[in-house]
Amino acid sequence: MTMRFVDEFRDPAVITRTCEEIRRLADPARHYRIMEVCGGHTHAIYRFGLKDLLPPNLELIHGPGCPVCVLPMGRIDDGLLLAQDPDVIFTAFGDMMRVPGTQGSPLEHKAKGVDVRIVYSPTDALKLARANPTKRVLFFAIGFETTAPSTALTLMRAKAEGIRNFSVFCNHVTIIPAIRAILDSPDMRLDAFIGPGHVSTVIGCRPYEWIARDEHRPIVIAGFEPLDLLQSVVMLLRQLKDGRAAVENQYTRVVPWEGNRAALRAMAEVFELRPYFEWRGLGFISQSALRIREEYAAWDTEKVFQVPGVRVTDPKAAQCGEVLKGVLRPVQCKLFGRECTPERPVGALMVSSEGSCAAYYNYEHRKATSPRRIEAPV
Amino acid sequence: MAHGAGGKATRRLIDGLFVPLLFDQPPEHLGDAAHVAMDGTRVALTTDCFVVTPLAFPGGSIGELAVNGTVNDLAVSGARATALVATFVLEAGLPAAVLEAEVRAMGRAAVAAGVRVVGGDTKVVEHGKLDRLYITTSGIGSVLPGVTLAPGAVRPGDKVLLSGPIGDHGITILLARGELDLEASLRSDTRSVFPLVEAIVSAAAPALRWMRDPTRGGVATALNELALDCGLGIHLFEDRIPVRDEVRGACELLGLDPLHIANEGQFLAVVAAEYANRALDALRAAPGGAEAALIGEIREEPAATVLGTTPYGGTRVIDMLVGDPLPRIC
Repeated sequence: MTMRFVDEFRDPAVITRTCEEIRRLADPARHYRIMEVCGGHTHAIYRFGLKDLLPPNLELIHGPGCPVCVLPMGRIDDGLLLAQDPDVIFTAFGDMMRVPGTQGSPLEHKAKGVDVRIVYSPTDALKLARANPTKRVLFFAIGFETTAPSTALTLMRAKAEGIRNFSVFCNHVTIIPAIRAILDSPDMRLDAFIGPGHVSTVIGCRPYEWIARDEHRPIVIAGFEPLDLLQSVVMLLRQLKDGRAAVENQYTRVVPWEGNRAALRAMAEVFELRPYFEWRGLGFISQSALRIREEYAAWDTEKVFQVPGVRVTDPKAAQCGEVLKGVLRPVQCKLFGRECTPERPVGALMVSSEGSCAAYYNYEHRKATSPRRIEAPV
Repeated sequence: MAHGAGGKATRRLIDGLFVPLLFDQPPEHLGDAAHVAMDGTRVALTTDCFVVTPLAFPGGSIGELAVNGTVNDLAVSGARATALVATFVLEAGLPAAVLEAEVRAMGRAAVAAGVRVVGGDTKVVEHGKLDRLYITTSGIGSVLPGVTLAPGAVRPGDKVLLSGPIGDHGITILLARGELDLEASLRSDTRSVFPLVEAIVSAAAPALRWMRDPTRGGVATALNELALDCGLGIHLFEDRIPVRDEVRGACELLGLDPLHIANEGQFLAVVAAEYANRALDALRAAPGGAEAALIGEIREEPAATVLGTTPYGGTRVIDMLVGDPLPRIC
């Protein structure tokens, strides 16, 4: 039994033909700068070695679409401070576990005896709350619009069942303001975008129309298999060749043009936009993040607990912000591979499964001839 | 916790603490078993500790791991296991039926592996001081004639063989913990690999450079250790690595790489190119070796690195495991 959709989109013969099409379409006199917004795409590009297959005048620039990476350290500190209470069970996706706060990562706190647990969905966290009535379960919610609906549905269920020992520390952010901030940034010159696949299953393709209409950049919503990404590059090159700029959907098997109405309704029921939110690397962006509505205040960690609201600036030497914006490539950050490695990360980009530094470090940077590396002592 | 995961942190702990403080002289290389000269002969000696949770899972239990794990460490060092001793550390309150089941499982596994259990020790600690049952086994064996294994013997052009599909054990354990809403008909692959080792030794002893059983940290970690020890590059043909659909599916869903998942019934071997096909045929002809595959080759570059290549030409570095996605696998 073959895995549906995975095998077809990794077919070597089709991939080879698609790469030939890319080489045919790419104008050798141009230098193309295409940003893939989504961290999952960055990861896939490195994981499947796709950069090796693209012509040298086509540069892929990594965007800020990693919801863990863009979270300022202060928010992690806030969450972990609340976790110190022995009555609190701190829950989060596995991706959060090694992200450093100023006092260590969730995993490091767990090793010291703080009750930190990995969950694979917010409903797992709600299950923990039901099973542990004397404890207060805190779900550290992260993600773009991809994960916000399931957080919303979980809050609706908590309210409906009257589960009072459960709350969500909401760090959901929205993708469009991030793209806008990139385009507004004077450092960037971009020709086109590979649009996020999973966010778009929720929000659909319409929210990107301004990118084509007002900013005259083509954007193709892409899937995550090698062929998805390569086909998307073909579609972008065709637009650029024709001088067109439009929103196109390559990921039609998963992304509906109008988005997921039920998911959007759930989000609207539970969340509203914060007036502004601080993004690592991009600064304060208005209307860019979600908070829990007043009707769900009893399940909002920021209302139920006293959240300190720590503001922490990144270490001076770390260049997380520039890497997030795509101004620097991971290897250009002074700390990359030296003070900052996946085992001892300075910033989240080096540990998150969607962080561009992690993707580059894990899959790429030792490809060139390298002397035997000396491991630092314990 | 990362220091027990079998990856980078474990290696640093060994290299940085245990080796300098315990070894009177640093060994040429740290293999799965030590070969010690005694009274004019060489014996192989190894020890291993088993802390898996849950204690029993589809395909096996801690008792079987305790026997097979140690037999396999001896096997991949080129030795036939002769005898085992076992230590049981029990949590007070452990039901007698649970202990009995594990002891029976060990007995059965020992018979199947052709090894004798000749002694042991038991300790009980207070309730809450450990999780039900830990078992340590130490094994002694006789080195097979004609076998000398060392990372330093590996040469560019050598081939990398794998005895069978990877990831079965680790994913089985993960699913058996019941924390995920995932089901699959998977079983741990725990077994003695000695019959397969014997087959490859018979076919290719003079050309056999190195063997390892990829337990915690998986194939990626084992090969990275080899790459670091021999300084050469290891190129893996990713489409030739045998992985069951269920394992692949579970890994895709959870964001795990099968190359990092523990195995308890497989081994890797590096063989000189001229003997590779002979060795592969011998593995495939041996009982339980039908899915053996030639998965890669050794090259000069990139030095000390494991590289994965896809059938369409893309490459990626395959690194050692960092941290611990699945604690207490074995």
